[in-house]
Amino acid sequence: MASLDQIFVALKDWLVAFVPVALQPLAGALLSIVAIMAVFPGIFALTTVVERKLLARFQNRPGPNRVGIPLTKIRLAGFGQFAADGIKSLTKEDIVPRNADRIVHFVAPFVLVAPAFLSLSVVPVGRNMAALDFRETGLLFFFAVGAATELSVFMAGWSSRNKYSLLGAMRGIAQMLSYELPLILSSLVVVMMAGTLSLATIAERQSGVQWGVVHSWHVFTPWGFAGFLIFLTAACAESNRTPFDLPEAESELVAGYFTEYSGFKFALFFLGEYLGMFAISGVAITLFLGGWNAPFTFLDWVPSWMWFFGKLVGFILFFIWLRATLPRLRVDQLMDLAWKFMLPMSLVNLVVAGVWHLAASWPHLLRWPLCVAILALPYWLLSRGFQTRFKTRTYRFAEESRPAPATAAAGP
Amino acid sequence: MNPIFAILAGVTVGAAVAAMALRNLVHSVLCLTVSLVGLALLYLRLGAEFAGFVQILVYVGAVAILIMFAVLLTRGGEAPPGRIANAPWSGLAVAAAVFAMIAWAIARSPALRGMAKDPAQPPLSVKAIGDKLTGDLVLPLQVVALLLTAALVGGVVIAMSEKETE
Repeated sequence: MASLDQIFVALKDWLVAFVPVALQPLAGALLSIVAIMAVFPGIFALTTVVERKLLARFQNRPGPNRVGIPLTKIRLAGFGQFAADGIKSLTKEDIVPRNADRIVHFVAPFVLVAPAFLSLSVVPVGRNMAALDFRETGLLFFFAVGAATELSVFMAGWSSRNKYSLLGAMRGIAQMLSYELPLILSSLVVVMMAGTLSLATIAERQSGVQWGVVHSWHVFTPWGFAGFLIFLTAACAESNRTPFDLPEAESELVAGYFTEYSGFKFALFFLGEYLGMFAISGVAITLFLGGWNAPFTFLDWVPSWMWFFGKLVGFILFFIWLRATLPRLRVDQLMDLAWKFMLPMSLVNLVVAGVWHLAASWPHLLRWPLCVAILALPYWLLSRGFQTRFKTRTYRFAEESRPAPATAAAGP
Repeated sequence: MNPIFAILAGVTVGAAVAAMALRNLVHSVLCLTVSLVGLALLYLRLGAEFAGFVQILVYVGAVAILIMFAVLLTRGGEAPPGRIANAPWSGLAVAAAVFAMIAWAIARSPALRGMAKDPAQPPLSVKAIGDKLTGDLVLPLQVVALLLTAALVGGVVIAMSEKETE
């Protein structure tokens, strides 16, 4: 089974051995790039169909189930849909508004997609299977590259010369900046405990065994569990997924910052968003869910990359489930959640990690309740603060404008 | 000269010149961002991974966005007609002064002499930087933090007084 685990690494080594020694690093890099460019957009293509089908099932309708292989009667349960969508977006007319800033409008989708691919390259998708392994600064690379997303959102929104685009971009940037804080602070806990920024090393560190048969994933500790929940919520907001999809709220802003994009550029935005979601899910898996490690020691025979991609599929399905279930937040609720709840909680979580580290020699029965108590008390206090703020809503504008129809009728 | 260095340096300097020369402020900020990314890539070529990634994280992720917001919230990206600055000399003088200051600091740095002696010095690890920042340099770090907090409070005060006058 060890051979199946390393089959892709062996395949790459075997292929690289064919080229002259001087070109081997280049060939290795090219192979890694090709693998990333093939696998993740492939998952994206399937995700678009699965998402539409699942959302449809949640809403009690069939969803796409017609498109199969062209010129045959094979329908594949609608899984040919992504090819039809891709061809459609390639052949559609590319409309640029007359007043748009053409260069910035053109560059924005690429500023979104290129960093998304780059950030996927540091995620270890299996044992010895990270395309780029920065021993010193892996996680920092991920966040640094992710910073370009905000710039792309701004470029798209500003260059379109459309009020919906600009509003969407402003919302998007405010949201991403706010949620980046809890995101980074919650992953900092893992860096503190693992003592490294290298994602591959963090994944390896979680292959230890505890409680007999369970691998020591970070999520099985108080700080890891709290950190995972904070990271997951912030990741959802960073990738503009549904309870946090205000930047592209269909019912308010047409399509937010990419309202004025059509054809293939629109598809690139779509691709960039999903790749960003895969990358951040991959980092969440690596930081908290044991990376490519199996949950139990007796499941170690399953290849490591299968575990990673299995967890990734789990994340994707979870995000689709959230999208189908939760309504969208209001802007003020969104900001309150980030600054008044998640930021304090992630700071408390840093303290918990310190306590956990200092209490390493204590018995579990003492260490666990202490850390859970340090987390639970601020959680209770903060959520109580939230509840007292939420009173019955008064519809100020609706009530003020009620006499308006009478005056309007009195006019000429 | 190394061709990769030449390309990176050309992009950095060219984008910086464009940032000064372009009339649309948002375009200037975007060119400045390209220049900052070029600088980060130059750091990476020198083997300073940490400095390079922090440069991108801080300058592209935060400072560029901050300048964008400042531009949009004040008077928009449109440049006023006519010449913006009558005397480029004051700007040149400031630039020369800053350059002289930085060059003086670099020339006096003991690190420069140490590097010349020992070219095979291992790259500085992130752990060592962290130890330095929380050990010897903790006071300057706190001073910087205080300064940034003061700037933040100042920003809030300015924003609030604007709201009252409206």
